[in-house]
Amino acid sequence: MRIQLTRLAHARSGDKGDTANVGLIALSDEFYPLLVREITVARVKEHFRGICQGEVERFELPNLGALNFLLHESLGGGGTLSLMTDAQGKTFSTALLRMYIDIPDDEAVSLGLI
Amino acid sequence: MKQKIRIAAGQGFWGDLPEAPVRQVEGGPIDYLMLDYLAEVTMSIMQKQKARDPSAGYARDFVPLMKRILPACVERDIKVTANAGGVNVEGCAAAVRDVARELDLAGKLKIGIVTGDDILDQIDGFLSRGIELRNMDTDKPLATVRDRIQSANVYLGAAPIVEALDGGARVVITGRATDTGLTLAPMIHEFGWAGDDWDKLAAGTIAGHIIECGAQCSGGNCQYEWRSVPNLADVGFPIAEATPDGTFVITKHERTGGWVIIPSIKEQLVYEMGDPREYITPDCVADFTTVRLEYEGRDRVRVFGIEGRPATDSFKVSISYSAGYKAVGTLVYSWPDAYDKAQAADRILRARLDRLGLKFDQILTEFVGANATHGPLEGQPSSDLPEVQLRVGVRGDDRTAIERFTKEIAPLILTGPPGVTGFAGGRPKVEEIVAYWPALIPKNEITPRVEIIEA
Repeated sequence: MRIQLTRLAHARSGDKGDTANVGLIALSDEFYPLLVREITVARVKEHFRGICQGEVERFELPNLGALNFLLHESLGGGGTLSLMTDAQGKTFSTALLRMYIDIPDDEAVSLGLI
Repeated sequence: MKQKIRIAAGQGFWGDLPEAPVRQVEGGPIDYLMLDYLAEVTMSIMQKQKARDPSAGYARDFVPLMKRILPACVERDIKVTANAGGVNVEGCAAAVRDVARELDLAGKLKIGIVTGDDILDQIDGFLSRGIELRNMDTDKPLATVRDRIQSANVYLGAAPIVEALDGGARVVITGRATDTGLTLAPMIHEFGWAGDDWDKLAAGTIAGHIIECGAQCSGGNCQYEWRSVPNLADVGFPIAEATPDGTFVITKHERTGGWVIIPSIKEQLVYEMGDPREYITPDCVADFTTVRLEYEGRDRVRVFGIEGRPATDSFKVSISYSAGYKAVGTLVYSWPDAYDKAQAADRILRARLDRLGLKFDQILTEFVGANATHGPLEGQPSSDLPEVQLRVGVRGDDRTAIERFTKEIAPLILTGPPGVTGFAGGRPKVEEIVAYWPALIPKNEITPRVEIIEA
C-alpha cells in the first residue's frame, strides 16, 4: 500500500547556516525499522529536488526512534543572507512528511496501518 | 550537597514571552532561573547600540525583569544565570546593581560578571599570528571580510559561570556564553562534578539543549498531536530537575498549559541537530544516541543514560560582518486567477528591473499561498486559489540598486495585472545584512574573566 509519512512519523526542523536539519521521529517504535529501510539518503535527496542543492546526510538515533537528516545548500545562503520566507528551514519538517512510500500490504497489516 | 536542583528556563530567545520568567519564579519552587538572550546576530545589534551609546549594548529587558523578580529571588534563594550582558556585561551588571539598591537589597546579593568572550579588539593580533579564523561552513579565511567585521565573540562554556556561582554570586551575567552552559553550570556548582566527568557534563549539556528554547519542549511548536496540546495560551516553560548522578526530569509548574511528553522532548532533542554523536560544546562532546526517556508521571519525563566524551581544544567563535543589503517587496493578488496574476506581475517586474540594468547577487520570487514553504513539493498549485501573495526579494552589495528596486513594487498596482492589493506598508525597507561567520579558535588563546560585585 501507499502511505504518507504523516501516518508514520512526526518531525522538527531547523537550520545551521545554509544547511537545514530535519529530525524525523517514528510515531511508534515499530515504525522505526520501516523508516530506516525506506527513508534513505537517495529518497530524501530526490524528494527535495529543486530545494536542496547540496548533499544529504542521514544519522540514526535508534534510542529515540528517530533519523536526522542534514540537507546542505538548502536555505538560499542561510541566516540573514537568505531571501526565503523560511530562511530558518522551520517548515522542512512537514515538507519531508509529504513523502509517500510503498510498503507490502502484509507489513501494513502487521503494523496496524490497514 | 543538595540532592536535587530545579533549573527553570525563562526565555528561549531575546523577545520571548515577557511574562515567562516571572511566572517561573512565582508559579512554584525553583532554584535557578536560566535566561538565554543571545542569537547569532544579536551581538552585532548590541555592538552598534554600544557604538552610539557606551552605556548600551546589552539586553535591556533584563534590567526591569530583575527589578520585578529580585526580591523573590533573594527571599526564596533563587539564583539567575543569564547571557544578557551582550557586548557590555559590566554595564548590564551595573544596571542590575542599581536596581538592587533601589529595592533595598544592598549588601544582600552579589552579582557575577563573566567576560573575556569579546575578542573584537584582538582579531588583528590573531590574524598576524597565523590564526586564520576560517569560516567553518565555507573554509574561507577571515581576512577576506576583515574590514567588514562588526563583532567577534567566543562562546564560553560553563566553567566561568561555575566560578562565579562558587564565589557566591546570586545573579551571573555573561556575554556570549553558550545556552547549554547556563544550565550546566548550576549542576557543576551544586553537585561538584569533576571537569572530566564527561557523562555527567554531557547530561547537563543535553538538559540545557532541551530547555534552551523555552516552551518549544513543553508544547509550543509541537507537531505531535498539536490539536490536543492543552491551553497553550497559558503555556508552562520547562524546568529541569537535576540530580547528582546526572539524570534529570523535564517538567513544568503545575496549573500551567502545554505538555511535557516524550514526543515533545524528542522534537526538541532533534532540533538544530548535526551529527547526533558529536554535539560539541566548550564543556564536552555529548552523544545524543545515548539519551533515554521514560515517563515519571504527568508532565514529567525522566532523561537518563547519557554518555559524553572529552571536550575539544577549541572554542567556537561567533563573528558578524556586513554583507551587503536586501529588500523584500510584497503584493497580494485575489481570485480569480490569483496565481496566474501574481506570476504575470513577477514577469513584468523582472522585465522592468532588467531594463533598468539593475544587478543583484540574488533575486528570489515566492508565491505565498502556493509555494513559499514547501516549494515545488505539492506540484502545480490549484488554479482556483482564493489569493496569492507575490513576494520578491533582492540582495546585493550595491545599496543604490536595492533602493531602486523598492520603488518598483507599488507601481505594479496601477501598471500590472488586476485584483491586486496589500500595499499599506509603503515601500519596502532596505536592510543592511549582518551575516554570521562561525570559526574555531584554540582554547589557550582565550582567557575568561570572572568578577564579583556587591549590590
